[in-house]
Amino acid sequence: MVRAILSDDLPRSRWLAVALVLIVVGLAVAPFLFPGAKSLNVAAKICVFIVLAASFDLLLGYTGIVSFAHTMFFGIGAYGVAIALTRLGAEWTAVAVGIVAGLIVAVALAALIGLFSLRVRTIFFAMITLAVASAFAILASQLPALTGGEDGLNYRLPAALRASFSLADGTLFGVRLNGRLVDYYLVYAASLVLVLVLLRVVNSPFGSVLMAIRENPFRAEAIGYRTVVYRTIASCIAAAVAALAGSLLALWSSQTNPDTTLSFDIMVDILLMVVIGGMGTMYGAVLGAVLLVFAQNYLQDLLGIANQALAGVPLLAGLFHPDRWLLWLGVAFILCVYFFPTGIVGSLRNRRS
Amino acid sequence: MAEPLLSLRGVKTDIGRYHILHGVEFDVPEGGLTMLLGRNGAGKTTTLRTIMGLWRATAGEVRFAGRNIAGLATPDIARLGIAYVPESMAIFADLTVQENLTLAARSGPPDQKRLDWIFSRFEALKRFWTLPAGNLSGGQKQMLAVARAIIEPRRLLLIDEPTKGLAPAIITNMIDAFRELKDGEASLLVVEQNFAFARQLGDTVAVMDDGKVAHTGSMAAFAADDALQQHLLGMGMGEHQ
Amino acid sequence: MKKDWLPLLLIPAVAVVALPLVGSPTSWVTLTAAGLAMGLMIFVMASGLTLTFGLMDVLNFGHGAFIAVGAFVAASVMLALSPWMTVDSLWLNLAAVGPAVLAAMVVSGVLGWGFERVIVRPVYGQHLRQILVTTGGLIVAEQLLKVIWGPDQITLARPTALRGAFLLGDVAIEKYRVLAVIVGLVVFAALAITLNRTRIGLLIRAGVENGEMVEALGYRIRRLFVGVFVAGSALAGLGGAMWGLYQETVTAAIGAQVAVLVFIVIIIGGLGSVGGCFVGALLVGLSANYIGFIAPKVALGSNILLMALILLWRPQGLYPVAKR
Repeated sequence: MVRAILSDDLPRSRWLAVALVLIVVGLAVAPFLFPGAKSLNVAAKICVFIVLAASFDLLLGYTGIVSFAHTMFFGIGAYGVAIALTRLGAEWTAVAVGIVAGLIVAVALAALIGLFSLRVRTIFFAMITLAVASAFAILASQLPALTGGEDGLNYRLPAALRASFSLADGTLFGVRLNGRLVDYYLVYAASLVLVLVLLRVVNSPFGSVLMAIRENPFRAEAIGYRTVVYRTIASCIAAAVAALAGSLLALWSSQTNPDTTLSFDIMVDILLMVVIGGMGTMYGAVLGAVLLVFAQNYLQDLLGIANQALAGVPLLAGLFHPDRWLLWLGVAFILCVYFFPTGIVGSLRNRRS
Repeated sequence: MAEPLLSLRGVKTDIGRYHILHGVEFDVPEGGLTMLLGRNGAGKTTTLRTIMGLWRATAGEVRFAGRNIAGLATPDIARLGIAYVPESMAIFADLTVQENLTLAARSGPPDQKRLDWIFSRFEALKRFWTLPAGNLSGGQKQMLAVARAIIEPRRLLLIDEPTKGLAPAIITNMIDAFRELKDGEASLLVVEQNFAFARQLGDTVAVMDDGKVAHTGSMAAFAADDALQQHLLGMGMGEHQ
Repeated sequence: MKKDWLPLLLIPAVAVVALPLVGSPTSWVTLTAAGLAMGLMIFVMASGLTLTFGLMDVLNFGHGAFIAVGAFVAASVMLALSPWMTVDSLWLNLAAVGPAVLAAMVVSGVLGWGFERVIVRPVYGQHLRQILVTTGGLIVAEQLLKVIWGPDQITLARPTALRGAFLLGDVAIEKYRVLAVIVGLVVFAALAITLNRTRIGLLIRAGVENGEMVEALGYRIRRLFVGVFVAGSALAGLGGAMWGLYQETVTAAIGAQVAVLVFIVIIIGGLGSVGGCFVGALLVGLSANYIGFIAPKVALGSNILLMALILLWRPQGLYPVAKR
């Protein structure tokens, strides 16, 4: 049963299995275990970023291509829902229209970029996606009529997802069963399904071909696989899932702006998640996303303490400034690429053998 | 017998996950021309590249002038006096003929006498002196690649299929040039598919088969032994061409 | 090099096509000057990147870090010498700008040397890890800049003598842009002479085509590569300093922002080609300025459009480098 749900791709490490169970169960009971708006927000962000990072792992880890445009698709999904809710009103039909529109745009764009630039080298693709993504981010901020420009869009969610909505007008374990809770479990369930779908994709014959191409593109081509086609399909799937993750974020936060969806900072976050968690493992994306969202929200506090302790020392205090958490993750990232190319998951799996 | 200029002992080379050479052993005597023969895929090119340090030997010794050079970096190997002409010729297409040769002359501007001698063998190089080498014909590129290896005196020349795609008249010039070189300053190790050429020039021969040297000896004896040729190369030298 | 004039002709062609679209000739001259200045600044930053790629197949996604470092170092020096900056004397102004730019180049160059050793060297020949590690280097460098110079942007006024514009009749051309064009052309000329007239240049050109054969001829290409990497980093520092003065503000994000333009330029030019990089930079600079005037909304999209059009015409860029 578990084997089937996980597409026969078991954690293969006791500690990894424990961590995964903790994450799945922890996120499921988070609203009751850690009540409060901030912790619920952190939990929802974790769900969304798990999906986003996992879809990026399909590209980076399984297909062996680096795309810097992944946040663009994330943003397309988010803006699809945001624009639809703004224009068509807080209805579920608007949500559906937004999701579908976002999916179509994201997949079409991914196919276009892929066919255009995936036939050449990894580096070329990385550069082109970087250029396209930055142009797209600027485009979004240049079209205020549609996207709200730099400020983004604020909109109302469908009634069932609002805080004012009450489910069976009751409380459970002291937590009010309101629309936010409904929203959270919507995000949670959708994320869980999407990750399992991705797990199925990478463990399908299609996934094996992707990995064969990653290992040796010339050989794969010689055997008769059209590498461009496979890579393009992979990047379309990744784009579609990223767009859905974006839609989920838009459905959660009732506001969408360039900083939270399109910025290069988010791209950096995803890179860190996948590489530190472990490329080409899917589970790595899950661990990485949890770790990074936690770091963003709580590493700052930790650094703040160190910063206090070092208050007198000029440069050192700066290194431990709460806003410099990315510095430390960046260092961890580089060390991972050098010494633990399979990240945390790879290290956990190696311990066993 | 004097110590050979170059000797390979138990040389193994892997490319990626594939084992290409499984213990190659043969010698190149000082002042001679050794022909390295064998079927396609026998490992001839890999052997030359391993000597040059372009592939790393995973085991074994490559002794050159009494010193093990396996593991040295390619530029350091070249500086010991070994020149390499790859099968692809690897001329610099965007550079002129002159620039190609200037670059090959490591110790300063090319010596005029030496250049004149090269021009006398490969006249086209003089004609197209200031042209980008990419504009040369295939045969002319081959001349340039060989000229680049001999622009300064070197002790050992490693040459991969020098006659490939050459017109017979040029092959004659090439044979003359190689004779003069081996009678003078250099020893040569030449990979060749053209057996008529190989028989005319070779002093000794090493025949490779499946990543190993299956036979070594004098070229004269090998040329006379049809059965051995048939066995190792799948054809007699006489019937080829 | 083969004579291939077509890409070069694109530059005047773009300028001529833009003239009727812009309408007023005086604005056109101003825009052209601005475009050339911007293009040449980008060229200064991009030239080293394209050469290191050509030579060792290494693409440094952290190149922007050197740009940013150059801008910050130059800003610090100029702020320290601010009395000389605000005096109305060209020579004193240059006496402040000169050391600032020099310091920017030295610091960026030294950092480049360290970056090559620590970040790039362990991942030679592995593109995926190369992209990841150099991107990581950029992240860390950007954070360190914030540690050293603080998270806020630094305002950097141009020195008095470089403010304002030259007036030629109705046409106004900003003085600083003229200086940027001159510096850019000097860098281009110096690079062209080095590449075409010196032995080092010969080695670099040969190495770009076939590094393995250069090694087989007895040259240690790694040393050459380190040299080019350091020089390229120093040039990025120079470009960063110029860009900072051009924008009159310096932020830690400057590197990543400009790096996007730099990437577009070297893709357009053909990875590894300095000449292509030059033409590509001018095309990007000019079209960005013309389109920014004609249709401001699509200005940044114009670069992508330009890149797409050029890749449709020549998929390997304007001047594809002959590769082994």
